[in-house]
Amino acid sequence: MKSAVADYQLDACRLLCPLPVIKTQNRVRELAHGDVLEVLATDPGVLNDVPAWARINGHQVLESGRRDGIIFVRLQVVRDTAVNSPHQ
Amino acid sequence: MNSSPATPPSTPRRRALALVSGGLDSMLAVKVIQAQGVEVEGVNFFTGFCVEGHTHAIRERDRKKPKRNNALWVAEQLGIKLHIVDISEEYKDVVLNPKHGYGANMNPCLDCKIFMVNQATLMLDKARELADTQVQQGEQGFDFIITGEVVGQRPKSQLKWTMPVIARQSGADDRLLRPLSAKILEPTLPEREGWVDRSQLHGFSGRNRKPQMELARQFGLEDFAQPAGGCCFLTDEAYSNKLVDLWQARNKRDYELDDIMLLKVGRHLRPRPHFKLIISREEGEGNFLEGYRYQFPSLELVSHGGPLTLVDGEFASTEEAELAAAIVARFSQGRSAERVEVQYNRPGGVSQLLSVRPLSPEEVPQDWYLGEKRRG
Repeated sequence: MKSAVADYQLDACRLLCPLPVIKTQNRVRELAHGDVLEVLATDPGVLNDVPAWARINGHQVLESGRRDGIIFVRLQVVRDTAVNSPHQ
Repeated sequence: MNSSPATPPSTPRRRALALVSGGLDSMLAVKVIQAQGVEVEGVNFFTGFCVEGHTHAIRERDRKKPKRNNALWVAEQLGIKLHIVDISEEYKDVVLNPKHGYGANMNPCLDCKIFMVNQATLMLDKARELADTQVQQGEQGFDFIITGEVVGQRPKSQLKWTMPVIARQSGADDRLLRPLSAKILEPTLPEREGWVDRSQLHGFSGRNRKPQMELARQFGLEDFAQPAGGCCFLTDEAYSNKLVDLWQARNKRDYELDDIMLLKVGRHLRPRPHFKLIISREEGEGNFLEGYRYQFPSLELVSHGGPLTLVDGEFASTEEAELAAAIVARFSQGRSAERVEVQYNRPGGVSQLLSVRPLSPEEVPQDWYLGEKRRG
C-alpha cells in the first residue's frame, strides 16, 4: 500500500498554505475511489495540513516526506459508499 | 440548503454547516450544536489576507515553531469534515468596493466596522452557496448555518443590530443560528422548528471571555487557539497602510494575490513615488522573494553578503538605481564599507553593476519606511 504509484500528481510548489490544501481538496473532488494522488509542495506546512485534511475527510495518507528538497504527500481517495455521493 | 422546514416523519438527523475560523468560539458553537444530536460539517474561508500560516511559512525564525492550520486542527478535534473555500477573488470586491463606501481613512482597517459586516455577509453567502451546491450534486445538504459570533464581542462587527442585517443580506435569513448568543437574539428557524432546543443554547454577550472559558472547561477543551484580534492582515494597521500606499502609487484601488503576499514580506521602502523596494530581512524571506525575480527587477549585493531586494516600479534614471542600491547596501554586511557593489537585474536577463556608498541610517528618511517604524 505504501508504495502505491500515484495515478495523478498535483503541483502546489511555491503556494502557501492553505492554498495547497484547497488545490488538493478540489482535485480530489474529481477523482474516483482508490485513485492515488501525489501532492508536491514547498511550504513545509503541507506536511501537516494535507494529511490533516485527508484524515478529516476520510482519505488515506500513504506516504509523506521530502524528495530532492520538494515536499510530497501521497494519498488514496476513499469514497464512503454509505452516503449517496460523498465527494469531499 | 434543504428547502422544507417541516420535519419529515422519519425525522432524519438534522445537519448544520458551521463557519470554522479555528478559534475557540466557533469550536464552542459546534460543540453546543453537536451536543443536541445535530450532525455538523465545517467551512473555512481563504481570503488571501489570512494571517495564519503565511508569515510562518516564509520566515525562517517562525519555521522553528510547530505549525498547524487551526481550522483543520479544530475540525479534527471536533470530528467534523471541513470544506476550505477560496474566496480571494470575491473578497476583492469587499475590500475594493465596500457597499457603503470607505470612511475618511480610505483604509479597510480603520473603516473596519463596515468592512467586517460586508465580510461576514460574503462568508455566509458563500456558506449558503456551498450548502446549495451539495444538494444539487446529490450530496447531503444542510438545514442551517451556525457561527461562533458573540453579540458585542467585537465592537466593529458583532453588534446586536448588525447581526440581523448580516443574516438578511447574506440570504441565510433565519436559518442562521449563533448558539453562543442565541438566547438574546430572536428565535431562528432551527429553534422554532425544534431542530435545536433553545433552552440549551447560550446568551453570551460583551467582551468578557469568562463564559466561553467556563464552557470550554465543561466540554473538556484545553487546547485551543487564543483569538488575537481576528485572523485577517487587514486588521493590522501597518499592513493596511502598505496596501493603501500601493493603491496610491498605482493610482487605482486594485490588487493581485501576489501583491498581498508581498506586502507580508520584508521591509518596504518608497524613496520615490514611482518605485518601492521590498528588502528581505532574513533567509526565509530571501528565498520567498527569489520566486518573484522573474517578475520584478531586483537588486543583490555582489561584494558583500546582503538581502535580496525586489523593485516594484521603474527607476527613471541611473541615479535612482544608485540611490536604491545605496539603500539596500545600508541593510547589508557592507554597511560600514566605503563602497559596495550591487547588481541590478531586470527580468529578461539584463544586468547592470552599480558601485555605491552605503547610506547611513540617518540618510534614510523615516517617511520612506512603509507601515513600520525604522529599525536599526
